Amino acid sequence: MTVDLTDGSLPVPAEGPVISARDVRVWYGTTRGAIRAVDGVSFDLAPGETLGLVGESGCGKSTLGRGLMGLLPEGAKRDGEVLFRGRDIFSLGSKASYGLRGGELGMIFQEPLTRLNPLMRISQHFEETIKQHEPSLSKDEIRDRALEVLRLMGIPPTRYRSYPHEFSGGMRQRLMIALALVLRPAFVVADEPTTALDVLVEAQIVQILNDLRRNFSTSLLLITHNVGIVAEACDRVAVMYAGRIVEQGTVTEVFKNPQHPYTRALLRSTISLTTTGLEYIEGAPPDLVDPPDGCRFHPRCPEAMKVCATQNPVNIERPGGGRVECWLVGPEDQIPAGGTQALEKEELTVVDEA
Amino acid sequence: MSTKPDARPEPAETGTPLVQVRDLSVHFQLRGGTLARLFGQDTGTIKAVDGVSFDLRPGEVLGLVGESGSGKSTLGRALLGLVPATSGSVRVQDQDLAELNRGRLREMRQVVQMVFQDPNAALNPSMTVEEAVADALRVHGIRSASERRERVVEALERVGLSPVELFLSKYPRDLSGGQKQRVVIARAIVLDPSVLVADEPVSMLDMSVRAKILQLMLLLKQELGLTYVYITHDLATAKFFCDRVAIMYLGRIVEIGPTEEIFANPRHPYTKALMAAIPEPDPEHTVPRDLPRGEIPDAAQPPLGCAFHPRCPEAITGCGWESRDLRVLMESHWLRTETSYDEETAAIGELDHLDEPSTTAQIGRGGSAPVRAILDRIKAEDPDEPLWSGVTSIEAEGSGVSVQFEPADSPALRRAGGVEVACILYPEEGSG
Repeated sequence: MTVDLTDGSLPVPAEGPVISARDVRVWYGTTRGAIRAVDGVSFDLAPGETLGLVGESGCGKSTLGRGLMGLLPEGAKRDGEVLFRGRDIFSLGSKASYGLRGGELGMIFQEPLTRLNPLMRISQHFEETIKQHEPSLSKDEIRDRALEVLRLMGIPPTRYRSYPHEFSGGMRQRLMIALALVLRPAFVVADEPTTALDVLVEAQIVQILNDLRRNFSTSLLLITHNVGIVAEACDRVAVMYAGRIVEQGTVTEVFKNPQHPYTRALLRSTISLTTTGLEYIEGAPPDLVDPPDGCRFHPRCPEAMKVCATQNPVNIERPGGGRVECWLVGPEDQIPAGGTQALEKEELTVVDEA
Repeated sequence: MSTKPDARPEPAETGTPLVQVRDLSVHFQLRGGTLARLFGQDTGTIKAVDGVSFDLRPGEVLGLVGESGSGKSTLGRALLGLVPATSGSVRVQDQDLAELNRGRLREMRQVVQMVFQDPNAALNPSMTVEEAVADALRVHGIRSASERRERVVEALERVGLSPVELFLSKYPRDLSGGQKQRVVIARAIVLDPSVLVADEPVSMLDMSVRAKILQLMLLLKQELGLTYVYITHDLATAKFFCDRVAIMYLGRIVEIGPTEEIFANPRHPYTKALMAAIPEPDPEHTVPRDLPRGEIPDAAQPPLGCAFHPRCPEAITGCGWESRDLRVLMESHWLRTETSYDEETAAIGELDHLDEPSTTAQIGRGGSAPVRAILDRIKAEDPDEPLWSGVTSIEAEGSGVSVQFEPADSPALRRAGGVEVACILYPEEGSG
């Protein structure tokens, strides 16, 4: 049951990336100083591609998602360059940026119930959304278009005039996805879309997200803390730690052959059906007001070297494709003499635990 | 068992159970509107726990696994007498909780303690770590402040919060998620209980800390000789952590047995589905696409027959098909774009009355012939749909047709191999 809503033609020529982010920074002002939640992140997203953004809580993954959408809270600042189909969206005024959201950039949130208006029927949600962007459409055309998307999400047309409270949690998340996709945006950010859901429903939603590229040829940035979901639904993965992407590449490459010690630790600490021993990452992510010098992971890194504590790692081509930032991988010629010796660290205790 | 740390003693198969649960039901009355109550109208009940029996043996880890709404948390709370049993009994050390007065019940809670899910909600924000842990001692009548302090320090050391002086005067807001959960565990063990009921103790924590807290719980079990009831929705941690698991669905245990056997050979279709749905961090592993449809149904009006049948990929004739299943089937028919929805709904009419659970479903408003034609069309789309085998007759009635379904009972737990399963696919061994 696959219906191609794109009428067979891709909205973007397949060559160029839909999103091209370069050195993106987001910081929040506090009385203690600026929290550098996202600190120099670069990535590309091809048409119809799903990129999984994975990391612990507080690593900046949600902030990055909101920053791309221009949905940051007051007091937050962003910097860098994000090209959407070649146009820099960070330099747009608030009006132009508003016009981009919905029709071009979509967002799927974590808690669907708080995003739906309890006093509006589902039909009204769709009418409002579509009217805002395509005022010329008649009510019947809106209905046809909404029902088409709802069908793809597995919501029967009999429920079109229902209210949000009449739906279960998984159905509400389907509604949110349908509302985001009905305008056929080229780029969608999904922020932990399955976290509040049960295992079986989560699997259903992951399958829907998985089918997005086929049904809508949408580029998706899927933000999650669950590496299992990344393996299931994503083409590429970006591992985030303390505001930076420390490793990115195809899911198969990165999961089979993780280069960064943090990626390895994150994969190992995941408890799955094949787990035979408990592994965890010592310590806690750093304070982003005053992150450690050098590599931000070095205080917790079991393989840290002397150079890691003093010099920022260089973003280099990852063996096997992708990018990685770790002195263990290289470049060797930039490591000062004696820099490869093991770093002597204080032992981490529960005092530093996450 | 190879997956578990070696030092753990094997739970004794015999020996008096610490906790005996017999045919336990916990029902909640829905309040309804003022008028409904005034006229004594039945506002409905939620059967959160519905006829559950098991023994908790000394030294074992029993997992209660299920999705939200399965009744696992209510069952856990009932083990401490935090919710009253509607019928059946919970016996702790051979005493029925229902027969104890408030004072005795409180004493009993020194034996069975609870670790709550959300450490942010389980700790009072205006109490320091010392106050929070000592409060449990105060409630249980330990008057000497120096003794309280001594025991608090010991408990905090046990859960790894050392140097203790660094933590005693801290408030929850100064602690990380993992540290908070350690305080919650310290508060539970400070009374030296025999049983800990841990309700999703790690689900609010980051992946990197989960393993650490689980390891702490295993260590405490060994050092203090604890017995655990581990409540979770996560089969992966249950597989690692538990000796036995009970899979729950809508207030009932649908499968219970040793962890090894349940995971090696899941029998109940629900257990199988839960296992298949876990996304593995392995790009070559994919979750199958034929997972159960829909979600956990409304507990106030559970499905007739087996509660899982509307979602069950292995459902057959005698599972208890009913009016609501017919509605779902028609709605999924309209999900297919090639059908003419407008025309067919005109012939079928309203569907809302089908939500009243019944083995009779009346549909149609334009005569029986068009309705029959639509039903035939739906049947032709998927002749193997098990619902049709549960239909005993389709007769013309009123302005449409009346569909009769064969009534069925909810299946009871029956022995199958080394486990017990509640599913008609597994009839009593020896009888069939």
